[in-house]
Amino acid sequence: MIPTTALKTAAVALALACATAASAQTTLRIGLAEDPDALDPTTARTYVGRIVFASLCDKLFDIDDKLNIVPQLALSHDTSADGRTVTIRLRPNVKFHDGEPFDAAAAKFSLDRHLTMQGSFRRAEIAQVDSVAVVDPLTIRLSLKAPFAPLMAQLTDRAGMMVSPKAAAALGDRFGTAPVCAGPYRFTERVAQDRIVLDRFPDYWDKGRVSIDRIVFRPIQDSTVRLANLKSGQLDLLERLLATDVGEVKKDSRIRLATGFELGYQGITMNLANGEKANSPLGKDARVRRALELSIDRDAIDQVVFNGLQSPNNQWVNPQNPYYQAKFPTPKRDVARAKALLKEAGVTGPVVLDFMVPNNPETRATAEVIQSMAAEAGFDLKIRVTEFATSLNEAEKGNFQLYMLAWSGRTDPDGNIYSFASCKGPLNYGKYCDAGVDALLDRARSVTAPAERRALYEQVAAKWLTEGSVLYLYHRALLFAHSSKLEGFKVMPDGLIRVTDLKLRP
Amino acid sequence: MLSFLPRRLLQLLPTLFLVSVLIFGLQQLLPGDPALVMAGEEKDPEVIEQIRKQYRLDRSLPVQYGYWIAGVLQGDLGESMRIRQPVSQLIAEKLPVTLQLATMAMAFALLIGIPAGVLSAVKKGSAWDTGANLFALWGLSTPNFWLGIMMIFLFSVTLGWLPASGFVSPFEDLGRSLATTVMPAFVLGNAIAAVLMRHMRSAMLQAMSADYVRTARAKGLYERAVVLRHALRNALTPVITLGALEFGTLLSGAVLTEQVFSIPGFGKLIVDAVFNRDYAVVQGVVLVTATVYILLNLLADVLYVLVNPRLRA
Repeated sequence: MIPTTALKTAAVALALACATAASAQTTLRIGLAEDPDALDPTTARTYVGRIVFASLCDKLFDIDDKLNIVPQLALSHDTSADGRTVTIRLRPNVKFHDGEPFDAAAAKFSLDRHLTMQGSFRRAEIAQVDSVAVVDPLTIRLSLKAPFAPLMAQLTDRAGMMVSPKAAAALGDRFGTAPVCAGPYRFTERVAQDRIVLDRFPDYWDKGRVSIDRIVFRPIQDSTVRLANLKSGQLDLLERLLATDVGEVKKDSRIRLATGFELGYQGITMNLANGEKANSPLGKDARVRRALELSIDRDAIDQVVFNGLQSPNNQWVNPQNPYYQAKFPTPKRDVARAKALLKEAGVTGPVVLDFMVPNNPETRATAEVIQSMAAEAGFDLKIRVTEFATSLNEAEKGNFQLYMLAWSGRTDPDGNIYSFASCKGPLNYGKYCDAGVDALLDRARSVTAPAERRALYEQVAAKWLTEGSVLYLYHRALLFAHSSKLEGFKVMPDGLIRVTDLKLRP
Repeated sequence: MLSFLPRRLLQLLPTLFLVSVLIFGLQQLLPGDPALVMAGEEKDPEVIEQIRKQYRLDRSLPVQYGYWIAGVLQGDLGESMRIRQPVSQLIAEKLPVTLQLATMAMAFALLIGIPAGVLSAVKKGSAWDTGANLFALWGLSTPNFWLGIMMIFLFSVTLGWLPASGFVSPFEDLGRSLATTVMPAFVLGNAIAAVLMRHMRSAMLQAMSADYVRTARAKGLYERAVVLRHALRNALTPVITLGALEFGTLLSGAVLTEQVFSIPGFGKLIVDAVFNRDYAVVQGVVLVTATVYILLNLLADVLYVLVNPRLRA
């Protein structure tokens, strides 16, 4: 028989050992609004996936909090005078999570993989890249089919993520089940719909800025439950807090609120030439579209539905963006002018419109506020709440007159407008088409000087904002809540969570 | 008996075939194109085309079915389009979670529902009876998601006794596993307990007025023995059948409860798959659930035969 004292001593020693181990290990638990898709930078497509990648896969370039492009795995870049050659110098002494070196051959492999792999979602983003050449072990050269200004911005996201050639070759299209990149954290495990676990990578090139040992991402779809988890200490940080929960967060001393504005927008796509439903006063006459805009009070929507947290606006980039056009301020609500415009357009009686709205509480509420405001000017909006996947199909087929659609936004302004406003744009559900606007958009892609691009976008705005097919409403607030123990958290313009420089107090 | 089992097993084949056709066919009725959902925000036409080709969405329905069923027959349920994991692996991960949750929920339901039903019948008209009926009314009329959120606020946020969500395997840490599942199991069990209580009560009332109960009392047995040994045993039969049915329903996934407590079980798997038009996952999960149902049904038939020799002919 073992003496009781010995047992007690052993138990105390064990408890102490466990306590020491527990205090030494810091774990950051992040609540996500959805379960990410496959964790392969080449085939991934979800926003939450990008949040995970921000800890897992470093990119050639990154953005700073002012939306400037800064080097990450690259050191610098030069673009040739004709804009067709981009030379990128790479950071030395960088290792992938499997210990393989990151060099020019690996960078070429990663970019080629994005360009050629079957099922790549990156191909379209960097389609202008014709070939990638290794100049020396730490330099690559990209030859472009045509000058392409948004290229660098694309390389700040998944298209710029570098993967270990050895692991990618071994895993093939299953790479996403055990991704091997060069970010501050390496992949440990994933249980679908439950958790994604990443551990600190000890050989990270910038390891001095990484202090938390482990990150656990937990998908919790219900925002109320996500917040309850934060309040009860099961999470340390959560994304997509509901605007209506902000007051509650502010009252709780154990929780901090962090906000910013998204790069994207919430808007209404109007059907101008997509199928039979385009055959309406709205589709035929730009004055009716302006009348609809003038009937809406964007500030009121913000106050009523979002407690004044969003950024009401009439453009495809937010007012903080360098490409925002101050020349075109958001029009104030003017019902009399809206009615006059309808009269001018020869419209008699209410304009009945089929308003397709994806099923989401905030979107529905916004649609209802718009419905009541537009009614005063002579519009009769018939709200049709539709499940999201179905709404995409309906939009494709042109089975709508108004479609409430959000866009998550891109770093380069081109990403927020080209696909929506160009004649052949895949997201141009309203089928707006103007040769002049097309030429301007193409030109804005090919010139690199920001002032010149801004001037081109000003010309686009002059036309697109008066007769185009998207009615911009507001930019959503990026709402994060985190435990007061978490220090150093900053909301970045792209809404992704940067884990370097974060500290978690015990 | 020996000829009965193979015969029943053979009869399973056409049933399963029909089920597979139904699953496949019904899913095609869902509006929304999986390629469009899969193509991400950009909706690059090249990517959409490529997805259609890769997952054979461009082929005719019979051809698509042929490929799927050929895979199933070889034990390959396909791969999730969204997270690129084999469906069989996803099912193997989620089934134990759902089983644990369902078993615990059933335990709650039985522990609450049966004693409450018996008590309410035996003490008919008393305060016990009123209390049990009120409980049943509460259980039947309380929405699971509301009760779930309220419990999270009380036991996790305010009191800090239990984790608000998530799941830990019992093989990893039994204590934490029970802590994570006790609230969702109670929420699920609560509603079933109410149904069981109502049935138990009426079955007991019927039994208590039967001749054999009067005879038992006339023999001078204690009331406790009359209730437990005579009335309850007979009254339990319909309640057990009902319990088995409810258990089957729980196995197909408790969607809302899993959503509220972020339990990665069958319900959550299938709902996410439907919203993402992840066909292979929907088909795989429904097929497995249907097979389990059919097998349980077969098991019940076998048990009937064992209990009742007249059916063996």
